[in-house]
Amino acid sequence: MIANYGYKDGSGEYYISIDTDKCIDCAAERACLKACPQQMFEIITDDYDDEVAWVKKEKTRALAYDCAACKPAGGYTSLPCTTACTPGAIKHSW
Amino acid sequence: MNAEVAAATAAPEKKEFWRWQENTWYDESKNWKDAKIITCGIDVGSVSSQAVLVCDGELYGYNSMRTGNNSPDSAKNALQGIMDKIGMKLEDINYVVGTGYGRVNVPFAHKAITEIACHARGANYMGGNKVRTILDMGGQDCKAIHCDDKGKVTNFLMNDKCAAGTGRGMEVISDLMQIPIAELGPRSFDVETEPEAVSSICVVFAKSEALGLLKAGYTKNMVIAAYCQAMAERVVSLLERIGVEEGFFITGGIAKNPGVVKRIERLLGIKQIDTKIDSQIAGALGAALFGYTLMQKQAAK
Ligand code: SF4
Ligand code: SF4
Repeated sequence: MIANYGYKDGSGEYYISIDTDKCIDCAAERACLKACPQQMFEIITDDYDDEVAWVKKEKTRALAYDCAACKPAGGYTSLPCTTACTPGAIKHSW
Repeated sequence: MNAEVAAATAAPEKKEFWRWQENTWYDESKNWKDAKIITCGIDVGSVSSQAVLVCDGELYGYNSMRTGNNSPDSAKNALQGIMDKIGMKLEDINYVVGTGYGRVNVPFAHKAITEIACHARGANYMGGNKVRTILDMGGQDCKAIHCDDKGKVTNFLMNDKCAAGTGRGMEVISDLMQIPIAELGPRSFDVETEPEAVSSICVVFAKSEALGLLKAGYTKNMVIAAYCQAMAERVVSLLERIGVEEGFFITGGIAKNPGVVKRIERLLGIKQIDTKIDSQIAGALGAALFGYTLMQKQAAK
């Protein structure tokens, strides 16, 4: 499943998409959890009884702010979350 | 007559135009006592609560009502409303699944499942296994969901940051125009030329924009049309992000408003799949069906 967390407002689209099929057998030992300085991710058991990563509910409405430090303006050339997730499950829309 | 009673009788009754019809239904051609497995889905949404009963995997009955201040009470009242009609007790139900924003507050639920999975499952039952793209227009959020032929979610997107494009937004316009909510859709087509959509994407600004349009000489019907168009444009932009596949289906209260639905269809160039079942019960129905599958799995062990 592709799960999109975030929102769209007048300033743009801010979504983190997670391909949960890749999380079921995570080949990166859940590296997303440690890599994110904002602790955006956690592992949950989803509705189909699979253990997958998701973006914490309370984080989804403020993605533009929480992720700002990791974006190029913050000095990063690539994002800690997408770099750590070697299976390539995480994508950002902005 | 004392002064208080006199004042109460003299005060004009405050009409709540936004109040939609609460609704109970059950299949009179069947008797639930004949069923082997009875499951229940309870959807406690931000605006409405539904209880759905499924007998041996088939929809049997439901009750839909306004969510009160307290989620556990809303869940109990919704279920009691249908149980009283058919002479059923809680002990007669084998499994209860809670869903919706208040799903963790359903005191008698065996399990809680997200409304995303439940809407997909419910839409698959209501619209058949050709349903692939679901738009759930709820009271305070709006979701675009893709599912497979079994109703399993393959992709989803939710907007819960803002109430524009949701049932609550429509209720605000209904009260503002002093027109019953069920009449908004038909009246939105009673205009000579289709006005521009309301440009604001926020309910609060849309309200002041609607008032501004009335002052500028728009009729009420034109304002409603402009608001329905704005809602349609907003949800279509949400849908476009994940793409619309053939087999389009709308769930949630707004699916009963043709003013929004027809405009969505026009913008997408695609017609939604029809159903005879009340679109508002999709989440609770899906929850009850999940319960049925779980019971079957347990029985097979
Ligand atoms: S997001 Fe990537 S690192 Fe995190 S659990 Fe999923 S596959 Fe593993
Ligand atoms: S961009 Fe930074 S803050 Fe945002 S999810 Fe990735 S690692 Fe976390």
